Amino acid sequence: MNSSRLGRVLCVTVLVSLLAACGTSNSTSGNKPLAGKKVEVAAVWSKDEQKNFEAVLKGFSDKTGATATFTSTGDQIGTVLGSRIASNSPPDVAVLPQPGLLKDLATKGSLKELDSDTANVVGQNYAPVWKELGTVNGKFYGVFFKAANKSTVWYNVKVLKDAGVQPPGSMADLTKTLATISASGVKPLSVGGADGWTLTDWFENAYLNIAGRDNYVKLTTHTIKWTDQTVKDTLTALAQVLQDKYVAGGLSGALQTDFPTSVANIAGNPPKAAIVYEGDFVEGTLKDTSHLTPGTDFNFFPFPGKSGASNSVMGGGDVAVRLTDNTAGVELVKYLASPEAAQIWAAKGGFASANKKVDVSVYPDPVAKASAQALANAQSFVFDMSDQAPAAFGGTKGSGEWADLQAWLKNPANVDAATAQLEKDATAAYGS
Amino acid sequence: MSTIVPAVAPPVVEEERPSREARAPAPRFNRAAIGFLAPAAIFVGVFIIYPVIATVIRSLFNRTGETFVGLDNYVKVFTDSRTLHAIQNNIIWLLVFPIAVTGFGVMFAVLLERVPYRLVVRTILFTPMAVSLLASGVIWRIMYQQSPETGAMNAVIASVANAITHPGHYQGARPSQPDLIQPAGDGYQLAQTVAPGDVVHMGFIGFPASEIPAGAQDAKDPSAQSGRVVGVVWRDFVPGGGGEVGQVEPGKKGMPNMTVQLVDSKGSVAAQSQSDSAGDFSFPSSGSGPYHVVLPAQNFHPPFGGVQWLGSSLVTPAIILAAIWVWVGFATVTIGAGLATMSRDLLEAARVDGATEWQVFRRVTIPLLSPLLIVVFITLVINVLKIFDLVYTIAPGSVIPDANVIALQLYLVAFTGLGDFGIGSAIAVFLFLLVIPIMAANIRRFQGEG
Repeated sequence: MNSSRLGRVLCVTVLVSLLAACGTSNSTSGNKPLAGKKVEVAAVWSKDEQKNFEAVLKGFSDKTGATATFTSTGDQIGTVLGSRIASNSPPDVAVLPQPGLLKDLATKGSLKELDSDTANVVGQNYAPVWKELGTVNGKFYGVFFKAANKSTVWYNVKVLKDAGVQPPGSMADLTKTLATISASGVKPLSVGGADGWTLTDWFENAYLNIAGRDNYVKLTTHTIKWTDQTVKDTLTALAQVLQDKYVAGGLSGALQTDFPTSVANIAGNPPKAAIVYEGDFVEGTLKDTSHLTPGTDFNFFPFPGKSGASNSVMGGGDVAVRLTDNTAGVELVKYLASPEAAQIWAAKGGFASANKKVDVSVYPDPVAKASAQALANAQSFVFDMSDQAPAAFGGTKGSGEWADLQAWLKNPANVDAATAQLEKDATAAYGS
Repeated sequence: MSTIVPAVAPPVVEEERPSREARAPAPRFNRAAIGFLAPAAIFVGVFIIYPVIATVIRSLFNRTGETFVGLDNYVKVFTDSRTLHAIQNNIIWLLVFPIAVTGFGVMFAVLLERVPYRLVVRTILFTPMAVSLLASGVIWRIMYQQSPETGAMNAVIASVANAITHPGHYQGARPSQPDLIQPAGDGYQLAQTVAPGDVVHMGFIGFPASEIPAGAQDAKDPSAQSGRVVGVVWRDFVPGGGGEVGQVEPGKKGMPNMTVQLVDSKGSVAAQSQSDSAGDFSFPSSGSGPYHVVLPAQNFHPPFGGVQWLGSSLVTPAIILAAIWVWVGFATVTIGAGLATMSRDLLEAARVDGATEWQVFRRVTIPLLSPLLIVVFITLVINVLKIFDLVYTIAPGSVIPDANVIALQLYLVAFTGLGDFGIGSAIAVFLFLLVIPIMAANIRRFQGEG
């Protein structure tokens, strides 16, 4: 690794001096148009993710001849980029983990609008929703390189088979399925209610399906109130699913169960529960902590729709943006929109692409493949609502939405009290 | 008084000279004192006095610090139900924790006086103090887990509880027709009474096929026998929820080894039987009835499910117990040190005078120790007012509002969530005011000793 990097640096140095000497580059770089160019990419990734992304960058270097270097910003990417922009030395390309940050930076004028070439590539490779998500005030800024599907409901295959049920399509089907699994002798649901974010994710999926995308976006920005009828309807529908008799340990037990335990519950021998809801990262948790095989022992179904199978997906995404006009950066962002870039990481696991052109056979197992396909084919995609809310509301242990939904789960029938408290906390956090 | 004046007057004149001499070096002495005190004074000023004043001022401004809101933040603090609950919890802490720790400290210290290897025991007792509070919190959080498989506390209770009440094999099973078969205690009974010659059907769901004993056969509908009550208990579930509820059908397994009782109208057991591998049971011919058919609780006893230590009702006592575990070593060692320096003569004298050991402890040891006990007690009171780490780490997110204490509420309000430094500062000032009387008492006591 080190020697090859050194080699590359030497090559670049030699090339630079050659360029200086003869003024031509084509003779030594062959068909690599960007030979000698450098580009810096910043993202939050570290460890394995950094290693996998560097493999993608190597693919870019091999193809174009440009040297791409990766800078890990740690969790505080907003702060790091802010200070580098302020000191006039931003990285050429950044991969942002939050849609809010894309909007912030674009509004401040720190981002460069993407060229029409890249826009065309994205138009061809992605569902329209992804281009919209990368657009701020009519200008296209970002390519969603990596995405996460948080509309996946995980189940123990054997338990569902013993109970003789199929993965449900609609919310009503889900309730029926839970009753049958319960009669078969296994607690149907595991809920990690000790962690507030699992409950916000439950709510967001249900809300997206019941109230629709437009209301979802409005509630995200708090332009409709939490006391809105759509919120009440959603909580009422969820109360049908999250019933004391269906949840392992009962509702009070669920409030004591943290996320890892809630996942382990469906993997035990015998399993303590049949079904657990959370995002696509559950697959990694199950693979790391149990002997279950994806596809044969555990699998997922899309979060149930209002009246049938749903193709709305809630999740997250990492969006590549440009902060400089470096030509190598332009090419790199275009490369990240291509299927070949996504395939490099997809083959290594822990990655899903919303790119429709990605050859799904490269995903390491059928479950990862199906989860990524759901993303790429989603008709509507929304970001995790609580991630976009002020942290006081959507991201704080023991207060805001987390605490309010936990309080609601103690007595799910009490919808009015819950929505009133949610509205009160949201008003305080959003400041309006 | 008047007689004293002339007596004092001459020395005043006398004093003039030495005092002038003394006054000359006095400023030098003061200057040196100021020089030596300055670093400490600056330190106290910058790190204590300034922050206190700044906090008081900050508490009069709103969240962003831009608008003066007067005492608004204090009103909010004392009307917010979460903060009030935190104050209430702190009062519980204050009533229980210092007394318990001091009490255990005295007990251990006195008893350790009589034990060989007391240094070892004392070191072990003190060890929790050496562990970071965060780590202690994590340890106790795991110990308090509800599932006896992971939580040590519940594992201990479970080993006793399950020995007293043997878990039944058919735990979790429930009738497929709840209107025909009703709960009776922890067991079930047929709603209608039966008479000899009747056939009883008792179908159950909610029990996994994998737990049906090996060798169980498909349930068999028994034929009526005159003079006898016969019946069948079976797992009334077909995969997919199909089949007809309450019908003995192919593919539905019998539930073997179920204890079945025939109970007469007086409530006494007339006959008892066990179901066979097809779930069939029959009672020897007996009186005319009517009888209740009862499946007693022993079939269904669930295993001990674990006390919910970290549920909303027990979480504060549970955390206080963990805190006692942490602090009792401190009290033991401090009080033990006091005991070691105590004069034995008084104890011996009391014993020679015929005092019992309890009287020696109550009338001699405790009074002699009392200054030290007060120091320990006050240290604990101050610590309990600012208790934070253990609560934050032991309480799961869902019960933080139930376990909340003042310092944690301060942190939650000011440093997470809204980041409301106005309300946070108001809570801090309130906490400061609570500590002041205790500190004042402590300082006065020090001066008294001096």
